[in-house]
Amino acid sequence: MSGPSTYQPTNPALQWIEKRLPIIGLVHSSFVAYPTPRNLNYWWTFGGILSFMLGVQIVTGVILAMHYTPHVDMAFNSVESIVRDVNYGWLLRYLHSNGASMFFIAVYIHMLRGLYYGSYKAPREILWILGVIIYLLMMATGFMGYVLPWGQMSFWGATVITNLFSAIPYVGESIVTLLWGGYSVGNPTLNRFFSLHYLLPFVIAGVVVLHVWALHVAGQNNPAGVEPKTEKDTVPFTPYATIKDGFGMVCFMIFYAWFVFYIPNYLGDPDNYIMANPGVTPAHIVPEWYYLPFYAILRSIPSKLGGVIAMFSAIIVLAFLPWLDTAKTKSSKYRPLAKQFFWMFVVVAVLLGWLGGKPAEGIYIIAGRVLTFCYFAYFLIVLPILSRIETPRALPNSIADDVLAKYGKKAASAIIALILAGGLIVGGTQNAKAADEHGGSTPPSLNWSFAGPFGKFDRGALQRGYKVYKEVCATCHSMSLLHFRNLADAGGPGFSAAQALAVASDVKVQDGPNDAGDMFERPGRLADPFPKPFPNENAARAANGGAYPPDLSLMAKARNYDRGFPQFVFDFFTQFQEKGPNYIDALLQGYVDPAPKDFALPPGAYYNKYFPGHAIKMPKPISDDQVTYDDGTPQKVENYAKDVSTFLMWTAEPHLEARKRIGLQVMVFLIIFAFLMYFTKKKVWANAH
Amino acid sequence: MTTTSSAEHTRRDFLFVATGAVAAVGAAAAVWPLISQMNPDASTIAAGAPIEVDLAPIAEGQDIKVFWRGKPIYIMNRTKKQVEEARAVPVSSLPDPQTDQARVKEGHDQWLVVIGICTHLGCIPIAHEGAYDGFFCPCHGSVYDTSGRIRQGPAPLNLPIPPYAFVSDTKIKIG
Ligand code: FES
Repeated sequence: MSGPSTYQPTNPALQWIEKRLPIIGLVHSSFVAYPTPRNLNYWWTFGGILSFMLGVQIVTGVILAMHYTPHVDMAFNSVESIVRDVNYGWLLRYLHSNGASMFFIAVYIHMLRGLYYGSYKAPREILWILGVIIYLLMMATGFMGYVLPWGQMSFWGATVITNLFSAIPYVGESIVTLLWGGYSVGNPTLNRFFSLHYLLPFVIAGVVVLHVWALHVAGQNNPAGVEPKTEKDTVPFTPYATIKDGFGMVCFMIFYAWFVFYIPNYLGDPDNYIMANPGVTPAHIVPEWYYLPFYAILRSIPSKLGGVIAMFSAIIVLAFLPWLDTAKTKSSKYRPLAKQFFWMFVVVAVLLGWLGGKPAEGIYIIAGRVLTFCYFAYFLIVLPILSRIETPRALPNSIADDVLAKYGKKAASAIIALILAGGLIVGGTQNAKAADEHGGSTPPSLNWSFAGPFGKFDRGALQRGYKVYKEVCATCHSMSLLHFRNLADAGGPGFSAAQALAVASDVKVQDGPNDAGDMFERPGRLADPFPKPFPNENAARAANGGAYPPDLSLMAKARNYDRGFPQFVFDFFTQFQEKGPNYIDALLQGYVDPAPKDFALPPGAYYNKYFPGHAIKMPKPISDDQVTYDDGTPQKVENYAKDVSTFLMWTAEPHLEARKRIGLQVMVFLIIFAFLMYFTKKKVWANAH
Repeated sequence: MTTTSSAEHTRRDFLFVATGAVAAVGAAAAVWPLISQMNPDASTIAAGAPIEVDLAPIAEGQDIKVFWRGKPIYIMNRTKKQVEEARAVPVSSLPDPQTDQARVKEGHDQWLVVIGICTHLGCIPIAHEGAYDGFFCPCHGSVYDTSGRIRQGPAPLNLPIPPYAFVSDTKIKIG
């Protein structure tokens, strides 16, 4: 992208085009002939990975927008119908929601790489600042995207984040009203967030073009931090960098696919599977993991305006890096002190992320303040001083010398450190999510047939579970997202279409109005939803002593409990996703009557070991022999609980089997592809050495 | 790169081709869900299940319009005269030759059930209008007869017959 191209195509048609619009030359000089330092390591592949992720997010996002309804009454259900009814909708949605996390993982690595190797120094200041702008845009986009599913965390996240602006003196309240388009977060807010969430990625793409342009003018930095001098220092972008980036990308895809197909809800918040309710705030509001360090900084300042300023400064300070760190040596490899402080900074940032997920109380507040100080001290004190007092080690004469000197043994340990760091942040969130549930015992982990990479539902359990649901649960709980047709779906309880129809036609459904304008009843059809036990929420409350029996469709994904450190790290590897069914199973068996003597049970409540706070409004719903099993399974509460939990897991995740089956195919494919890419890369690079 | 043997060349070329081929297969497989999602989703398909229509309230010479899969369906209780008109025309003279008998169910000859979508460009023709006492499409002037066959105007084909069957003498099941 620098200067007029010297590339001349041989094909006459292309020559004709090239004369009028030198686009082939542009592509050729930017992505083929472009000289790239030959000593780049794999940390440099994250630029390409980020472009790939931006593409994935835009493609899946545009598609999701074809099926999504931005309206407060329909948004939540439209997301669920994408996941349940649209062909491959579950895949597209999980690609998009986990894609956001992957995007941020990649951007953090990319930023830390720039920080470590001094990629922000002259002549790359503008390149770096453009990067900071992209990062800010990403944060805004990610935040607004998180609001769209209109779950509890969406709603309350939107409320909390928009309220940040109310800290601005004099005009704060007016700004917040302006952002909301109302007097609280509501339909206008959702609509504009949808519009902007659609727009911003294209703005990002535009700034990315500038970012790449600036990169191609200044040239890439490299691990040695010395600029290329002769041709021996560089290799052409294609095939060398292309194939290396490609290999990096495939490895990253394996990581991504692990989340999408096996632990799609690992990074998400269970509360977001509960529809937004402006009347009830979740006990513990946690942003998505990628905002946690800044959230911690926000909370550690004991003043509203101060906190907001600190939080935004923590990002803005990055833009001033080129002038805060004035050391001549770029790469921290040759700066013994800067290197150590860099790793300390990484630890501080990770710990801040961990704190962001903790409740703001006691020791956490003090730790937050100390770490916030450390965060700013790194940029404002350490780097300016270091650049004046540090004696760097001798730089290699040229990149070619650096290649010969062999380096980069640190890479492996750095990767491990990063994975651990990421794990810690995630763990922080998980702890925080569970924090409000203290008072409930941890449910025992059961063996579920649907757990693990090859998991499948036990058809018998699903059918028995359906029976328990229908005869017991359904008398009070609705199941609004399920339709009779689902009973015959592949991967479900295995009803035949005729059996499902028979179930449906047993139910009287109100329809109409007919020609005379009257409502009438007709037998249910496959397309009808499961019947509701109460016509509306008020009727349900009136019949249940004021408590509203929650809808059960998503219950198995909307309940959670603390797994503690280091269990949550293992959970990533063991693909543990069964907290919901464990909890439901334990809850159904957790009634203790009479309640322990020292427990003050409120009137109309029952004591349950596993219910958060122990006082549950639902009486013990089921006892032995209450539901008749036809297949000889003992009619014990234990079995009822396990079967109905299985059934609820299916209602919450009806395409679980397809997800795991396709996941296996994708994994096998990606691993083979990664090997091929690796050997191809080796062959290509063999020419360069 | 100086002294590569031809055997090594072949091996290298094979690797490059294999990698490229696998990449192409992967890309093609990844495109499939992106296209497939555009097809009707499960709820749309379920909502398109057959419907039953009661014919009893439709008097001779009247018609009703019902919707099935989002399409308007005309159900017309034809008069004797209309049926005779439809059967009197020489079939060979029609733009889209088809006998009236082929367009109704045997034994229920007075009942005409057609999808009310003009075969020209999709407008909805008006019943009991036009020179042939059948349907007239106001968009570009196509005229259909009492059997829903195209007689005049730009439309190329007769009004299509939806899949349906008589459940009883006064009830049909469309779909
Ligand atoms: S659409 Fe009916 S005549 Fe053109």
